[in-house]
Amino acid sequence: MSTETLIPKPSRPWLATPKERFVTLQNFLLSVVSSYLIVLVTPMKGKLPLFFMFFFSLIILSFITQYRAKGKAAAQDSILTVVSVLAMSIAVVPIISIVGTIIARGYQGLHWSMFTQDMSQATVNDPIGTGGILHAILGTTIMVSIALIISLPIALLTALYLTEIKGRLSAPIRFLVQAMSGVPSIVAGLFILSSIVYPITQSYSGLMGSLALAILMIPTVARTAEEVLLLIPNDLREAGLALGATQWRTVAMVVVPAVKSGLITAVILGVARIIGETAPVLLVSGGGDATNLNPLEGPMGSIPYYVWKSFLLGGTEESSHRTWAGLLILLIWVLLLFGVARLISARAGKR
Amino acid sequence: MSNQDSTSNEKENTEMKTAVTPSSLAGIAQSHTRNVENSQLLGMGLEARGIHAWFGSKHVLSDITLDFAAGTVTSLIGPSGCGKSTFLRTLNRMHEFIPTAAMAGSVLLDGKDIYESGTDVTKIRLKVGMVFQKPNPFPSMTIGENVLSGIKLAQLKVKNHEEILEECLERAGLWSEVKDRLNDHAGALSGGQQQRLCIARSLAVRPEVLLMDEPCSALDPGSTYRIEETISQLSKTMSIIIVTHNMQQAARVSDYAAFFLSDGGPGQMIETAPTSELFSRPRDKRTEDYVTGRFG
Amino acid sequence: MSTIQKPPTELPARREITTKPRFSDRVFRVVVTTGGLSSLIILGLILAFLTYRGFGVVRTEGFGLITSSKWDVVEDEFGNVVSQDYGLAAMLVGTILCAIIAVLVGVPISILSALYLEFYATSKIRTFLISLIDLMAAFPSILFGLWGFAILMPSAEYWAKLLNKYFDWIPVFEVPAPVFTRSPFIAGLVLAIMIIPICTSVSREVFSQTPLDRIQAAYALGASRLAMIRAVVIPFGRGGVVGGAMLGLGRAMGDTVLNIVYQVNWQVLFGVGGNVASLILLKIGEADMEETKALMAAGLVLFLLTLLVNGIANLLVNKLGKSGR
Repeated sequence: MSTETLIPKPSRPWLATPKERFVTLQNFLLSVVSSYLIVLVTPMKGKLPLFFMFFFSLIILSFITQYRAKGKAAAQDSILTVVSVLAMSIAVVPIISIVGTIIARGYQGLHWSMFTQDMSQATVNDPIGTGGILHAILGTTIMVSIALIISLPIALLTALYLTEIKGRLSAPIRFLVQAMSGVPSIVAGLFILSSIVYPITQSYSGLMGSLALAILMIPTVARTAEEVLLLIPNDLREAGLALGATQWRTVAMVVVPAVKSGLITAVILGVARIIGETAPVLLVSGGGDATNLNPLEGPMGSIPYYVWKSFLLGGTEESSHRTWAGLLILLIWVLLLFGVARLISARAGKR
Repeated sequence: MSNQDSTSNEKENTEMKTAVTPSSLAGIAQSHTRNVENSQLLGMGLEARGIHAWFGSKHVLSDITLDFAAGTVTSLIGPSGCGKSTFLRTLNRMHEFIPTAAMAGSVLLDGKDIYESGTDVTKIRLKVGMVFQKPNPFPSMTIGENVLSGIKLAQLKVKNHEEILEECLERAGLWSEVKDRLNDHAGALSGGQQQRLCIARSLAVRPEVLLMDEPCSALDPGSTYRIEETISQLSKTMSIIIVTHNMQQAARVSDYAAFFLSDGGPGQMIETAPTSELFSRPRDKRTEDYVTGRFG
Repeated sequence: MSTIQKPPTELPARREITTKPRFSDRVFRVVVTTGGLSSLIILGLILAFLTYRGFGVVRTEGFGLITSSKWDVVEDEFGNVVSQDYGLAAMLVGTILCAIIAVLVGVPISILSALYLEFYATSKIRTFLISLIDLMAAFPSILFGLWGFAILMPSAEYWAKLLNKYFDWIPVFEVPAPVFTRSPFIAGLVLAIMIIPICTSVSREVFSQTPLDRIQAAYALGASRLAMIRAVVIPFGRGGVVGGAMLGLGRAMGDTVLNIVYQVNWQVLFGVGGNVASLILLKIGEADMEETKALMAAGLVLFLLTLLVNGIANLLVNKLGKSGR
């Protein structure tokens, strides 16, 4: 046992050998060729059949090669491999297409005046320089902020009930929160319409829109908040109680600060959820064309409403540009919110 | 490093007839008898040559060379964290599931290197089975389905399912207890029964080698005893490699023992010998310190 | 001297443990409980108001509200209502049909994508794709709706024509008149694309929780990846995956914007008709009192339908979830 053995180099013999990789490449190229051939021969046209025929050929080729190399079980396994990649590609292509299309088409509708004017003196068919979406941006901001102020406390209290108090009503409440997240946005709008607008105020206003949006936001925020609260280990709560603190002090000063970043993420996700909701605002907030900063009185515009109006009422190229530009603003907003949420959770994760 | 006499039909009889309970490990080991009938041996056994293992840049196993003959039980002993389980996993190519894993050396099954390029790894695992520390029967299947699951998973063509079912459960020592409830769910069994079920399951695909990673550490003494009986029976035809922290168990059950140790660096195999010899006359001081309990 | 403790001859009675919480804690409990009950209150109010408003119509129309397909308000020259018929059947069928197409197309893609992410993708690709999917889940439906209208529709129209040309012997694929745009087919496709992110996320979470020891047991028995997935992952994740699919279904049925852009009816490729949500939105502007009540009733029907779907989802998740674990 006294021989000095040189340490050999670490290797991974289980990875694909060059020969196996060549076969895979071969299958790949053959599939490309065969997909073109198939499309040529059949009445199908366009990129879509190429895409599908490529995968179809790849499945068949993989099956055959694996069958000859390793037998039936491995061949079936290879089918799943290719099919799952196909599914993933199908899932991912739309998002690229959506973002690309919105940027390409919305870009033509962008103009500085967008942020300085509203639509009170312009129609959707006017050229881009006339009329902007100031009213819509402000409207959405105001409505969403109010919705946030209403829904955050309620959602937080719900989450706290489920995790801190854990009373006998926990199971039904959890079920109800989930049921509430399934409420169609139009029903939320109808509810506000029937309970407050028709009997009481008789007019549209931004506040009504906020209420409807809050209904949609509460379950999202409550659920995410509950998840982050559950992540706090019980030791932390016990430490607080062992020091002689009351439960509410423990919760307020120990537990909630510990999940601060998670709560912010929950809120941001809630906002992203409601920011593009069209139906409620269409029903109850009126969607005015003038800038209205008062949420209590008068119809208030919003981005989804603006997009909607341009789409439905317009028919010209200008209105089409407006539609897409509105969508672009919405997209940018969502991307920003999403990015910020990610940043916050990443920073919290590092600590 | 001492090599093992793998083919001679060695009968280790009790030289000293200790009629009273043997109180030392060596005594226990010496009262362990080994009966082998050459004609029934499955395969030619397993040989590990110069096995090294890494996780990323961390070198965790250094230069392990061991032979495991058919018809023998080898125990791998040593303190925690010295790579015994990692080594076990290189023997049936489960090591590679960890993303940063790398290895060097070769493992010869019936003379062929299982890491050779172009080998079908699933076929290797049919011949080298594994039983884990925590019993893990498939909860969505009944007892009968669990036993035959290996056959179904590998899509082997067999005609006599019932016979195989009974045989494997019988060999695992479970048949009499479950023969009337083969359609019950596996989760209804006790821990010891579940572990024997897992043994039966791994037998159904006819392995030549059975790897056992601390199979009894989560079980009560009664189940442990029954499983050790099973191991003795199985070792008549197969090669069994068992990782264990329990030196008494190693003494009871194994023919050969290998002592692993890590001094903070990669795990190494310090010494290997027939079990009674390792416990009574260890040649390396570290082995002696371990088996006499000076550290553990 | 060591003492040996003898076991007690008689076990004492158990003491009752009580505490009197401080005032601030009692207030805390009340406040939090009230907040927690808010969802109950809100849901109850929604149900109450919609029923209250729509009840009259439900009484007059009876079951016909759901089964008849005529929605008609006939007025004479003075603007007085002469006859009214409120029947949601066509719209309901539209909603359901659309949702079915969305689930049939979207759920298998989601499950397979989740399998890819969890068992085939390398870690860098996985993190990137997961972020992408999560981002897509955050997109408002209006983005999908208008994108679908502009991009998907021309291409889907082409495919619909193709299907109709070669497969019109299947009843769902025939059309009385060559109108292929804005059909349930396209609406279902866009909805499918919308629910894929949610279903994929949920399925992936479920798959990632599969106990490692069972996966290893399968591999140690010589299983290939497919065999392992079929034997361990699917039985374990069945319940959660179904729950995710139902979540997607719920979203598909309730979504409004999508269903306005496209008009839905039972002939899958035919582009005329409507669905409940679109009906409400289109009519509410000019509806009078009676019709408004009817629209409330329509909203009630939609709400109950989505509640039903969610309820079934929960039941299924609980029932299926237990067996594979």
